[in-house]
Amino acid sequence: MPSDYDPACLPDLLPLYYRRLFPFAQYYRWLSYGGVQKNYFQNREFSFTLKDDIYVRYQSFSTQSELEKEMQKMNPYKIDIGAVYSHRPSQHNTVKSGSFQALEKELVFDIDMTDYDDVRSCCSAADICSKCWTLMTIAIRILDRALREDFGFQHLLWVYSGRRGVHCWVCDEAARKLSAAARSAVAEYLSLIKGGEEMVKKVILTDPIHPFIRESLGVVKQYFPQYALHDQDILGRKESVDKILALVPEDVRRELQQLFQNERRPEQRWSQIKDQAKKKQATAKKGQHFEKEIMLQYCYPRLDVNVSKGVNHLLKSPFSVHPKTGRISVPMELKDLDKFDPFAVPTISLICEELDRPKADDEDKKSGDTKEKENENGVTEKRKNRDYKRTSLAKYVKCFDQFLDGMAQSWKGELLRKSDLQKEF
Amino acid sequence: MQFINRKKRLVPNPKTELYAQPLQFYGQPPLENISLSEFESFAVDRLKLLKTVENLGVSYVKHSEQYSKKMEAEFKTLNFPYRTEDGAEKRRKDHISHFILRLAYCQTEDLRRWFIQQEVDLFRYRFNDLTSKQKLDFLHKNNLQYNTISVQEKNQLKEKLLNSSYIVSGVTLENEDFYKVPFQDALDLVRARKVYLKDGYAFIPHNDIVTIVLNDFRTRLSKALALTARSLPAVHSDERLQPLLNHLSHSYLGQDYSIQKNVGKISLEQIDSLAGKSFPLCMRQLHQALRENHHLRHGGRMQYGLFLKGIGLSLEQALQFWRMEFIRGKVDADKFDKAYAYGIRHMFGKEGKRADYTPYSCMKVILSNPPGQGDYHEKLTPPLPELLKQKLQFYKVSPSGVNQILELVKGMHYQLACQKYFELTHNVSSDCDSAFSLSHPNQYFIESQKVLGGGKEMKRETDTSQRSQENPATRGSSAAPDPEVIESQHLAEMTENLETFFEDA
Repeated sequence: MPSDYDPACLPDLLPLYYRRLFPFAQYYRWLSYGGVQKNYFQNREFSFTLKDDIYVRYQSFSTQSELEKEMQKMNPYKIDIGAVYSHRPSQHNTVKSGSFQALEKELVFDIDMTDYDDVRSCCSAADICSKCWTLMTIAIRILDRALREDFGFQHLLWVYSGRRGVHCWVCDEAARKLSAAARSAVAEYLSLIKGGEEMVKKVILTDPIHPFIRESLGVVKQYFPQYALHDQDILGRKESVDKILALVPEDVRRELQQLFQNERRPEQRWSQIKDQAKKKQATAKKGQHFEKEIMLQYCYPRLDVNVSKGVNHLLKSPFSVHPKTGRISVPMELKDLDKFDPFAVPTISLICEELDRPKADDEDKKSGDTKEKENENGVTEKRKNRDYKRTSLAKYVKCFDQFLDGMAQSWKGELLRKSDLQKEF
Repeated sequence: MQFINRKKRLVPNPKTELYAQPLQFYGQPPLENISLSEFESFAVDRLKLLKTVENLGVSYVKHSEQYSKKMEAEFKTLNFPYRTEDGAEKRRKDHISHFILRLAYCQTEDLRRWFIQQEVDLFRYRFNDLTSKQKLDFLHKNNLQYNTISVQEKNQLKEKLLNSSYIVSGVTLENEDFYKVPFQDALDLVRARKVYLKDGYAFIPHNDIVTIVLNDFRTRLSKALALTARSLPAVHSDERLQPLLNHLSHSYLGQDYSIQKNVGKISLEQIDSLAGKSFPLCMRQLHQALRENHHLRHGGRMQYGLFLKGIGLSLEQALQFWRMEFIRGKVDADKFDKAYAYGIRHMFGKEGKRADYTPYSCMKVILSNPPGQGDYHEKLTPPLPELLKQKLQFYKVSPSGVNQILELVKGMHYQLACQKYFELTHNVSSDCDSAFSLSHPNQYFIESQKVLGGGKEMKRETDTSQRSQENPATRGSSAAPDPEVIESQHLAEMTENLETFFEDA
């Protein structure tokens, strides 16, 4: 297999990756946000994880080429992005303490498969498979809808973390300016799963059921039969059945235990649970949403709230490499979300190898336009541009490009408004 | 010309005009001259009032009958305007005393936070006490205009609005106004999912308008305090006021439990028995989880680690304690030094920005640390009631006591539940003199030790046993991959070496 990745090779591959493949132009375009605000890129914190887990915080760069040079020199194993500060992070020691403050950052969300260990039977800890990956699909569908429709955000960048989770970067100006209190309020609005290890029942619904929960249930319902009943077989084996039954009221539990003795098919068992819930709801005054609570407990996204709360919290950057798997942290196309396969995401070894393959017809196609720029810089620039296009990274960079084009629309409006204001004086 | 005119108009009856409203936003500072003694007595009274606000908020359910009664009594004894018909004199006191405390409480972040919190609670109580006409009057007088939605829009969103709030029913929806504000202005409602959200706007029923008003009040007060802080040097140059203001601000909050007068008075062997006797449930839970799993996540480490620091563990002891426990689990000594020792030294102010962190108070534990997946630091909110019941029975709490505690937990009054637990396990009753109002896990510990006559049995651990083990832990742990615990790490030298290394490569 050409894509086999060996962590020991990482030090050899990284220089190549940063020299010829990392999409610096797009990256810089993203983080400067059209130059609407002064020093937005310059005051941004980056932090690098180097060889042997050496961690360097408060890196900052004044231009794209400085960023490029520095990354090519340091060859970080991992790149994290932090906040935009009041001063250049690299000079944070030189300003009076207290005045160096994190001002803005994208609103971010981190969903990690390890947090689902109590509700997936296929894998545990850092392992994932195509069965449990559906959980991430559900998470993205639910959060993406809520962030757009409920909170009115538009520029959401979803990124595969490279191993077992996904990140969301909400890049709207309003999102970047949110206070820590507002961030935590948003995160809590979006959190339904409550309680730690010992909590058996992690979702409790009360009347009336908020529209947000109804919408989320709508998403879960699309995936639940195939994912939970079939792939995870939550109503098959005895242990997992017991876990489900622990979530229903005692009298219902007894009745269901009886019914289940004569019924082994999971779909049928699930309808029996639903029937019980309907019966309960008809007689009891309120509450009694246990079938919904089960669906949510098994499928609803589990957020790491602390990541979203802090303005200065760091999060792994898109296009950073995951040192353990070698996979690139790539933007995800929501149109094809159901088809997204984490195992098809290219590893650094694969794309570096693709570079070495003989250049195919694509060389001839492009040879015409290379001639236009004769000076040396132009040529290397062109070559780098084409380099990633020859690898499997291309489609992810294209997805990133589209995201940036969408945002550029809003910058244009903002810049026009600003220049109009200036003319008035 | 105009100047004089305006003055004239104001002069005739300034007080009645200024204090016509039962409640105000404190937009204008008082301009009259007052005596020093009045200055002092006003300030002290308001401070007492705010302290009461804080204590009542902890001991009682906000807006319960008892809460309101106690509040009312306090207003009476301190001579503040508690009823709307109270006259200008009391309102004047309310006005002036508020502004004096602004001077005293604008100086540091902590003071500001405390002051804002209490003033906001106070304001909420008083605003809720107004009649609905007075509320409208208040909005009108203060120019608080919020956008209401049209009838058509209301009908369109009818079902969603009904399902978003407990206080709206089909009947009242017709007559109720809904305000449309950016969701950032109604965070408390958003957080609790008690409001309908669409395209970034929250639709707030009139009954909940206090939320927006409070938000407004909080923002204004916070800005005003920042401005006050800037003009503080001028005030401080007045040598009559400066000592008074300093004194006022020092008497806030009680203790922060960071003063480590008892460092080294506890030995590591004692922790297990102390956990059973004198730890509040939240800490006992953490301790047990740590002993069982040999690991705690970041939030739990911070909460429990700082608590232990507060009861008197020294840095060396803490390192030894955590290391011993962690290496029994999946973490080996090397990994501990690399990944966790930094965080512990950080807690003691030996790394990063070198702040000497104070143990978390109950409020902080409850509000900022809802346990996430795989977290154990639950503040008396364990699992299902049955599990908590089992646990309490296991801890030998009487059946009637168990029920009392469970009732409180159900109502989410965790601090009250915890206090009840204290009373039951220490055989004291809330009516006797030793009663205190619980607001801090370390306070629980100290009170418990007092009751148990403890403190005497603690002895200094022999130095030698510590020293032999502390060395490897305190030596260079340059790597701490947990970004959030690293406030600032100075690895300049190291990276320089690396740079040259990579250049060669």
